[in-house]
Amino acid sequence: MTDFRVPGRGRVDHDRPVKFRFDGETIHGLSGDTVASALLAQGRHLMGRSFKYHRPRGPVAAGSEEPNALIGTSRGRGRFEPNTRATVQEIFPGLKATSQNKYPSLKFDIGAVNDRAYMLFSAGFYYKTFMWPRSFWDRVYEPFIRAAAGLGVSPDKVDPDHYASRNLHTDVLVVGAGPAGLAAARTAAEAGLRVTLVDENAEVGGTLLSEPQAMIGGQAAWDWVAAELAALEALGVRVMTRTTAIGYYHQNMVGLCQKLTDHLETPNPDMPRERLWRVRASQVVLAQGALEKPLVFDGNDRPGVMLAGSAQTFLNRYGVRVGDRAVVVTSHDSAWYAAFDLADAGTRIAAIVDTRVEPRPDLMAEAAARRIKVLAGHTVSGTAGRLRVKSVRVNRVSGGTVGFGRQIDCDCLLMSGGWTPSLHLFSHTKGSLKWNETQNTFLPDHVTEACQIAGAGRGLWGIGAALNDGAAMGAAAARALGREAEVGTTDVGNDRPGTGTSHTELPTDRSAARARAFVDFQNDVTAKDLRLAVREGMRSIEHVKRYTTNGMATDQGKMSNINGLNIAADALGKPAPQVGLTTFRPPYTPTTFGAFAGYHRGTHFEATRKTPIDGWAEENGAVFEPVSQWRRAWYFPRKGESMDDAVLRECRTTRESVGMFDASTLGKIEVVGPDAVEFMNRMYTNPWTKLQPGRARYGLLLGDDGFIRDDGVIGRLSDDRFHVTTTTGGAARVLNMMEDYLQTEWPDLKVWLTSTTEQWATIALNGPNARKLLEPFVEGLDISPEAFPHMAVGECTVAGIPARLFRVSFTGELGFEVNIPARHGRALWETLFAAGQAFDICTYGTETMHVLRAEKGYIIVGQDTDGTVTPQDAGIGWAIGKAKPDFVGKRALQRPDLVAEGRKQLVGLLTADGATRLEEGAQIVLDPKQPVPMKMVGHVTSSYRSVAAGRPIALALLEGGHARMGETVHIPMPHGVVAATVTGTVFHDPEGARLKL
Amino acid sequence: MLLIHCPYCDETLPEAEFAYAGEAHVARPLDPSSTSDEEWRDFLFIRSNVKGDHFERWRHAHGCGRFFNAVRDTVSDRFLTTYKAGAPRPDLTALKDAAE
Repeated sequence: MTDFRVPGRGRVDHDRPVKFRFDGETIHGLSGDTVASALLAQGRHLMGRSFKYHRPRGPVAAGSEEPNALIGTSRGRGRFEPNTRATVQEIFPGLKATSQNKYPSLKFDIGAVNDRAYMLFSAGFYYKTFMWPRSFWDRVYEPFIRAAAGLGVSPDKVDPDHYASRNLHTDVLVVGAGPAGLAAARTAAEAGLRVTLVDENAEVGGTLLSEPQAMIGGQAAWDWVAAELAALEALGVRVMTRTTAIGYYHQNMVGLCQKLTDHLETPNPDMPRERLWRVRASQVVLAQGALEKPLVFDGNDRPGVMLAGSAQTFLNRYGVRVGDRAVVVTSHDSAWYAAFDLADAGTRIAAIVDTRVEPRPDLMAEAAARRIKVLAGHTVSGTAGRLRVKSVRVNRVSGGTVGFGRQIDCDCLLMSGGWTPSLHLFSHTKGSLKWNETQNTFLPDHVTEACQIAGAGRGLWGIGAALNDGAAMGAAAARALGREAEVGTTDVGNDRPGTGTSHTELPTDRSAARARAFVDFQNDVTAKDLRLAVREGMRSIEHVKRYTTNGMATDQGKMSNINGLNIAADALGKPAPQVGLTTFRPPYTPTTFGAFAGYHRGTHFEATRKTPIDGWAEENGAVFEPVSQWRRAWYFPRKGESMDDAVLRECRTTRESVGMFDASTLGKIEVVGPDAVEFMNRMYTNPWTKLQPGRARYGLLLGDDGFIRDDGVIGRLSDDRFHVTTTTGGAARVLNMMEDYLQTEWPDLKVWLTSTTEQWATIALNGPNARKLLEPFVEGLDISPEAFPHMAVGECTVAGIPARLFRVSFTGELGFEVNIPARHGRALWETLFAAGQAFDICTYGTETMHVLRAEKGYIIVGQDTDGTVTPQDAGIGWAIGKAKPDFVGKRALQRPDLVAEGRKQLVGLLTADGATRLEEGAQIVLDPKQPVPMKMVGHVTSSYRSVAAGRPIALALLEGGHARMGETVHIPMPHGVVAATVTGTVFHDPEGARLKL
Repeated sequence: MLLIHCPYCDETLPEAEFAYAGEAHVARPLDPSSTSDEEWRDFLFIRSNVKGDHFERWRHAHGCGRFFNAVRDTVSDRFLTTYKAGAPRPDLTALKDAAE
């Protein structure tokens, strides 16, 4: 069963077998395995199908950069995750993993027909296939491509896990716990700093876990790692594994995603699945190492073709030989060591193919000692095998000529095109990169944040170099924070430093046009696609990237970017540094939405503001609607009533007797001070000087651009005190605007502004019986029509509760608004409701409020206005204090565009048939017979069935509307064109007699 | 996330506590009625939109509530300084020399 497991080898626990399921089959692995290593231990490389061509694929890497081996994982109901890398997912009993992108089975997949139709999917296929005829867009291209291309399927259940968020402040954050990171953390911690060390892997050690042969300061590598870890813990270093630094943001903020339960059989249900950390570090040390580059040749994606360094990791870390008979193809020294390790573990190395003519003599000698055939100055021109590589085609290259190909049988092919420093996080900071000619790659150049880059990340190769550089960079971070730091040098034995050369595509004797030489394995982009993109006119690397999708898959081009750049540069005939690199963006590896959302889900997604009367409304069957953050009662249906029925009843009762409305959400601002009246004169359009205490007025607020911002009734309580109300949604904006003018334009005014929205509960009573209901409860104020006329305000008690009472109406009926301290809101509501039974009182919600105000032509800012409407446009020019020298917006009202003819103006609309209710938002045209696209001259802003008018009514913004009274306009709708007559905006009691009862 | 120094609280706090409030040193004319249409247009709409050091306003919206001014490099997103509303524009050369 475990043919490829090497007894006693690796960091897996050979005494602890673990069973899990893959595609329904039971797989026996070992504690410490990943899904990939457990499957490889059984000789299985085939783990998935590719994105476009459905080509059989196996793991090409051993870590988080893996592009191919993507699986679905299931950890119980609702706990399904697609596109997890098999090389990262640790196994545990009960894990269910499935391969992806295959039908009906992984070994026989119908979609693989795409592979033969590959010409259809060449670079820019989206742009080329989505052409004419138009009728094919929806019916052919879209479903075809959707079905054919893609990765895993989305989960369809609510995620039952929870996710946590934490903040962390630290002196030094070290990203990556390989030799450089461990040494940096140790040095910084010994300098007395608070240090945090993070690594995406399950354990620290990085490359040392794959190179147990190294001797560090006389200690075997793994013993050294254990000793260092103990030393770090003793120094108080916070060490976090399974923790990925996903993004590097401004001012040294680094985002971490810590995975807590994905590897556990029975996690504590109280434990979050993941924790998102926002780390603010004084210094950051990036010790992320380097990623190995694939070589680009025909058939480089078959299962069994793998990075040499990854094969070495599978052997040394997981005790798994990736095959029995390997061929190694390389342009870098490092792959030779992988070959030696595998040979020593019992895998036959059929050949080491090095593209270089003269490999290092000591490597040649070691190969000879193991009787490994070396083919220097050779290339690989193809592979064979359907579900697993069977053989490789090798050719001699001499003097630029590729010789005849010969076949070497193998069951795995290990490749290395050299190494690319992992500079993703560095790129997030907009740190600049500089091309290094000898290493043929980009290295960090200008640093923008308080950050050090250590080890392989800046092109240093070998454990000794990385480790000593890590110590030096840890010391540099410490010194930057004003600490003394000692740096010694550590001797490393059995080190494996090396060099290499770089290639575009490997030379071949075959037609390049037929080669399936992959650059981006995950997005199925070939070298030919990149060259085609350049031939078709793409010049910028950013265009080449988007046209071919190279580097745009979930692996963000970790393996493909430099190869893609080299090939694009070659096709463009420019040196690589002139072509440049595309930008890496966060997150470094795919991150769950759950981690980002954290606690902000469900009812915690956004605050829900409730009034003191909300509980009563809920108990009495109100239907609610959201209004900004508030939840407001929308209507109060009785048993069996539809919404329309309820609203018509509420409207009728309010107009005929009395209705009660919870207006507590109205914004309220207390404007107080010796200069309060001057401030009000400057802010609002209306004149306030002559408004006596005890009186209220409709206030209109403009921006300095002359457009309506907000409105509301404002009462003057005393010479120096105003009770300002605003729209429900505008309260915070209005206060912000007032503070802005007060603090920055008129700091000399003695005025204080206080938001009192939540301090007052506001109950509105409207209807001809409103006074009869209210009067018995009022003490300390005469509210007879003579003493307390329309737009009066006064302080009194209502049912013994101190109150600010407004006589004001948003319905056109006799109306009062009672403001009482919020804690008494519900009690007074219940008192008035009980007393109101004598008048058949109804409670009404926001819908009835909207209908009643529309019948009177009262605007709602934001519904009947849209930020381009002036007071004149809205028909409320009367609210402007023309004699005032200045107010916010006054100057703008004289601008030519604001006094021009043909502006959209607010009008009423009555449908010609007297029965059709227009749709809010519907567009208006003058001539319905004009050709499409028609000229639209306005839109419907409010539309309701109206009891009072006996027909549907509407408000609309209409070009030149005030001059079109009596004209017929047309509203094209899906079911036909509706004709309507332009009218004034007041549909009920135009004289306002009912307000004066 | 940026860290912003509130000159009133004299504390450096996370960006989430603050609200951006447009370009700084755009004073509302004392007598708007005497301005030409063009002058009023410029006051309303025309902004410097610089690449580099930008004088701008912020409000410590979830803190002291005060509006203040800042200089921020729009390329690097780095704050050079923040200062109280009403204070004159700071001398950038001196600030940069001090930072060197």
